[in-house]
Amino acid sequence: MAVLTMAKAINTGLAVAMREDPKVLVMGEDVGRLGGVFRVTDGLQAEFGEERVIDTPLAESGIIGTAVGLAMRGYAPVCEIQFDGFIFPAFDQITTQVARLHLRSDGALCMRVVIRVPSGGGIGAVEHHSESPEAYFAHTPGLRIVTPSNPVDAFTMIRQAVAHPDPVLFLEPKRRYWEKAEVDVTAALPPSIDLFRARVVRRGSDATLLCWGPMVRTCLEAAQADTRDLEVVDARSLAPLDLATIVESVARTGRLVVVHEAPVTGGLGAEIAAAVTEACFYQLEAPVLRVGGFSVPYPPARLEDIYLPDLDRVLEAVDRAMAY
Amino acid sequence: MTADTPTQAPASTPGFRDGDPPEVRLLAQMLLVRRFEERCVELYSAGSIRGFLHVYVGEEAVATGVMSALEPDDAVVATYREHGHALLKGMSARAVMAEMYGKVTGCARGRGGSMHLFEAATRFYGGNAIVGGGLPLAIGLALADRLAGRDRVTACFFGEGAMAEGEFHESVNLAALWRLPVLFVCENNLYAMGTALARSESETNLAVKAAAYELPAWSVDGMDVLAVAEAADRAVQAIRAGGGPHFLEARTFRFRAHSMFDPERYREKAEVEQWKQRDPIELLRGRLVGQGTLAEADLAVMEAEVAAVVDDAAAFAEESPLEDLADLELYVHDPASSVLRRAPLLAAAREGVAP
Ligand SMILES: Cc1ncc(C[n+]2csc(CCOP(=O)(O)OP(=O)(O)O)c2C)c(N)n1
Ligand SMILES: [Mg+2]
Repeated sequence: MAVLTMAKAINTGLAVAMREDPKVLVMGEDVGRLGGVFRVTDGLQAEFGEERVIDTPLAESGIIGTAVGLAMRGYAPVCEIQFDGFIFPAFDQITTQVARLHLRSDGALCMRVVIRVPSGGGIGAVEHHSESPEAYFAHTPGLRIVTPSNPVDAFTMIRQAVAHPDPVLFLEPKRRYWEKAEVDVTAALPPSIDLFRARVVRRGSDATLLCWGPMVRTCLEAAQADTRDLEVVDARSLAPLDLATIVESVARTGRLVVVHEAPVTGGLGAEIAAAVTEACFYQLEAPVLRVGGFSVPYPPARLEDIYLPDLDRVLEAVDRAMAY
Repeated sequence: MTADTPTQAPASTPGFRDGDPPEVRLLAQMLLVRRFEERCVELYSAGSIRGFLHVYVGEEAVATGVMSALEPDDAVVATYREHGHALLKGMSARAVMAEMYGKVTGCARGRGGSMHLFEAATRFYGGNAIVGGGLPLAIGLALADRLAGRDRVTACFFGEGAMAEGEFHESVNLAALWRLPVLFVCENNLYAMGTALARSESETNLAVKAAAYELPAWSVDGMDVLAVAEAADRAVQAIRAGGGPHFLEARTFRFRAHSMFDPERYREKAEVEQWKQRDPIELLRGRLVGQGTLAEADLAVMEAEVAAVVDDAAAFAEESPLEDLADLELYVHDPASSVLRRAPLLAAAREGVAP
């Protein structure tokens, strides 16, 4: 057991994956010598050399496109996009190439590409540095999207993502990078299908709080602070969604509040609300409610606490759900 | 309001009086940028400015020299290292500082912050947090000027790191293809965050690279404000005469870290010290004092006047109020469609906030 921050857990997971499989490469802006802005790739170039840990110029579209070609020839590139907001220059390559080549090659090629994205807010950064772009990508068939909420999951999930034959967008909640936990760094890798399983992280009977990444801790704190018996589910995978686990929970509690940092409008909460309503129509005691960011560009640091869902906003939604 | 006509006269330069030689103005402008940036660093450390902060210390000669060649109704597009550009374009130090503070009196109500200074009336079309993001906008601004038959130039500033992005190449090609009145100014400070030029460009002679797009391109000593001013003047005149876009690489150096979170593992202290020997302000100051244009006493007056402007800006920002939260969605869309505003959500958010 080792006590690791989430950043270090991902770093350790990447190192393990690179040791186990020589086809795994890391690439991105300042990932090598500098070890990345958040130091998630720190030390990897020293251990694996410049051929496997590749510093690139500023060229997001080029980075992802290069990864596509590498994956076609059997490599497993792990690309870092420095901040969430810089993924958009690569949006074209991700949605038109990465997501489609397995299909286009009639299954002959797999796109074993991981795209790591420090995302979300909460660190006093500003727009383009605090965004939660998951819904844009969840809309695109062919992509997998996962996000850990703690160091233990981060260590396992990054290795599962690297091992998985599909392209995986790996969203790292940057405000949780420095949270620590005991991690068993010798643990064997669970089957990769587990990567797409949600987890009930707190049992409860009155309502379900469904969340992921940075909001898991927020929801756990809200549940602990409240007198009602709230269940908290960490979605972990956003594409595919583990509807079986989610539906099982909602069927028991009868109420669902989805919490995410991204704006509510067109957010993943809407997709989840529709799917759960369809599956649990007769068990629901209240409509599925959503808590999320406002429909404004991510605000400046001084408004961050107002923009980001917090205990009050989560529990206010629970109040509304209970009032039906 | 359309942004075609500047509504403000360019702010006067502290430390410069009508009748002084133009070099004195350049010195005063560089000094203003330097002292403003130094104050920003202090205010950032004190927690008054939040978010990110990228300062221009060491690079002042580039924007100062280029802007001296522009007319007030020429347009400017810049990067996130743009506080100096905004001041030089004529934005008030108060509006810039208040924006950095996130106050409602800032140029963008405090929502844009340090990287997104913007003032359409001054034809300062913004800082931009996205590397390369501003370049294509400059093409559209220049095309609009041409369509409207206006004899204006758009100056577009970007770092050498941006030249690796596709947007740079698309933009330069469009400008050259359509012979648009754009001055591309590459602020080559040799590093893009931690990446040295030679590790990001196949051709490190950037003017040679740009010239492949069939536009006049050359390099200039970016620490010598007079050389920058002269080169920019030549380019701007040629552009105005219908000569199409020009590319100017200014070789410069940032004396401080990339941003406030940069341990500078990627460069040697000796390299920084060597460049500091060519501090653009010291170079010009030495020259002006040496040739008797300025006396030490004049310099002291200049410092004092600059300090007064910076003090005033900081005090103004400090005292200014924050934006009313109820206005948070204002200008996300046209206010006429305010029926779409989600008042209940905002009300809920507000409850958690002390009045
Ligand atoms: C599209 C995009 N990718 C990455 C970044 C992160 N980033 C911010 S500044 C910077 C370095 C830019 O270097 P350069 O263009 O040379 O400008 P300088 O900072 O040296 O003035 C990087 C990588 C960004 N802001 N936008
Ligand atoms: Mg640079």
